[in-house]
Amino acid sequence: MTSRSFSLDPRRGGWAQWREEHRSWWEEWRRGIHRFRRSRLSMVGLVMVLSLVGVALTGPWWVPHPEDATGALHISERFQPPSWEHPFGTDEVGRDVFSRVVLGTRISFQVGAIILIVAITIGVTLGGMAGYFGGWVNEVIMRVTDIMLTFPGIFLALAITAALGPGVRNAMLALSITWWPGYARLVQAQVLSAREEDYVEAARAIGAGHARILFRHILPNLLSAIIVKASMDIGFAILNLAALGFIGVGAQQPTPEWGAMVAFGRRFLPHYWWYSTFPGLAMFFTVFGFNMLGDGLRDVLDPQSRHGV
Amino acid sequence: MHLRYYILRRLLLIVPVLVGLSLVTFTVARLVPGDPVKLAAGPRASPEEIQRLREAFGLDQPLPVQYLQYMRGVLQGDLGRSMMNGRPVTTDLRRYFPATLELVLVSMVLAVVLGIPGAVVAAVYRDRWPDQLSRVLALGSISMPVFWLAIMLQLLFAQYLRVLPVSGRFDARVPYPETITGMLILDTLLRGDWTSFRIALRHLLLPAVCQSLLALALTTRFLRSDILDVLQRDFVRMARANGIPERIILFKYVLKNALIATVSMLGFLFGYSLGGSVLIETVFDWPGIGLYAMNSALTLDFQPIMGITLFVGLLFTLVNLATDLLYGLLDPRIRYG
Repeated sequence: MTSRSFSLDPRRGGWAQWREEHRSWWEEWRRGIHRFRRSRLSMVGLVMVLSLVGVALTGPWWVPHPEDATGALHISERFQPPSWEHPFGTDEVGRDVFSRVVLGTRISFQVGAIILIVAITIGVTLGGMAGYFGGWVNEVIMRVTDIMLTFPGIFLALAITAALGPGVRNAMLALSITWWPGYARLVQAQVLSAREEDYVEAARAIGAGHARILFRHILPNLLSAIIVKASMDIGFAILNLAALGFIGVGAQQPTPEWGAMVAFGRRFLPHYWWYSTFPGLAMFFTVFGFNMLGDGLRDVLDPQSRHGV
Repeated sequence: MHLRYYILRRLLLIVPVLVGLSLVTFTVARLVPGDPVKLAAGPRASPEEIQRLREAFGLDQPLPVQYLQYMRGVLQGDLGRSMMNGRPVTTDLRRYFPATLELVLVSMVLAVVLGIPGAVVAAVYRDRWPDQLSRVLALGSISMPVFWLAIMLQLLFAQYLRVLPVSGRFDARVPYPETITGMLILDTLLRGDWTSFRIALRHLLLPAVCQSLLALALTTRFLRSDILDVLQRDFVRMARANGIPERIILFKYVLKNALIATVSMLGFLFGYSLGGSVLIETVFDWPGIGLYAMNSALTLDFQPIMGITLFVGLLFTLVNLATDLLYGLLDPRIRYG
């Protein structure tokens, strides 16, 4: 969280001393956490996200039919309506929809996280360089960023995935490629203004190199803005992955991916309504949780921005 | 006159953007591991036939030559031909675009008509239950997997209640109305054909509601916070001190000032939605450019994809330029640099 190094060495007072040295930062955090806890929506979001992370981590050990995510068939049990045995019913080959929805959480979270990590790495590096060096570096990087931002919606991701061949991995790659420009924009603008600050001047005066100034002095100040954007984006990354799965270029059978499940279930509407309904609900609640959390995080970490949803 | 230079400069900047867009899509098109020509020729084509087809599409040339040939065509208004249906891409765009435009326009109207009163109510009842409700609804709307919502609405209104058609733009049992602009709602109104108008409107309702959700949520919440901002300004206090009724302050002075930023956001969303309606068009079988794009991508038919990308990219940039100009018109303090 901070660029300064600290030591847990007892002779230097350890934790107490660290807290003393970072007093203003620490106070700000405590105020932020207080604000966050007072917002009911953010707390609901936090609880939802934490429980879903728990589900994603532990799912494989407790779902009733883990084999249903890897291509098991139970034709005799096809299209069972929701019951105690199958809370979300069964699909066209008798797989337990509940087990598949639960195991789908894992895939969505993993992919969402990977997309964001890749996008943030590319976006922050390029945006940081553009803002820091300015001049032609800035021009080239930002023009490319603008072009990428001009691509309509999930269109480019659709084209890339179709070209590379369907599958979770390619969908992930395509979404990462289309996702970085937002971060580049965010970071570039902030670095551009931070470049002229006194502390950067000071760091330069004591001989810090470009990389050190950028990564150790400027970027840590942008962390909260990046975290806020990422917390809202992860939900949308999950939605976009599901959208590609729904169109048919994302996850393929028998991978239990929510969007693909909605698409398959759709063929059996209106009779077997449960097949499409439950994966969609899971998707909605996951993204809703992340958005509520992100909304609260923005109030905490980025109090100046008033454009909340 | 700075404005003229500003417009000229922005128009000139479109050129590198379009070149960039075309380069990216061209690269993506050439990533295809399979052979699109073989796919298009069908499984029983002989090698000679495939070769002939390859030459017909110019795909036997080196890549830079292919690109330059393509761009020469683009400058002459030729976006190439679809390998799947053999029609020129421009013909298809002309056929499918009005459907998308109609869908997006109506969804924007919905967002404005419902969003502005929603925002006013939320701002007036700040932090009380109407505001909290609108916050939850807005967060819920942007979290909604729109393709799933579309399916659920289809299920409810078209299949269970049977009050609205399932999909498509018009009833197949009734003669298709003659088109003027291609936007059925407008065309039937212009001709005074009320029966067809009702049929078209009933088909449009569910897709437009789904398409408007994001714009509606953003309009309501952004406008709300802008209204609250404007309410803090001195001129409002002044007006109150002068005894001007709160209602007049709110609707005549505050709303006018607060709407400026919303207009620019709606402009952006409009441009964005023109290419972003792929999912809704897929679910409702709405014959617009989103559905066209999806079908082209799934069959690896890359001429239409490049054509659509360039077309939508151009529209998007033009709409953004128009929004920026409108912004200056609404707020004379804005100076173009």
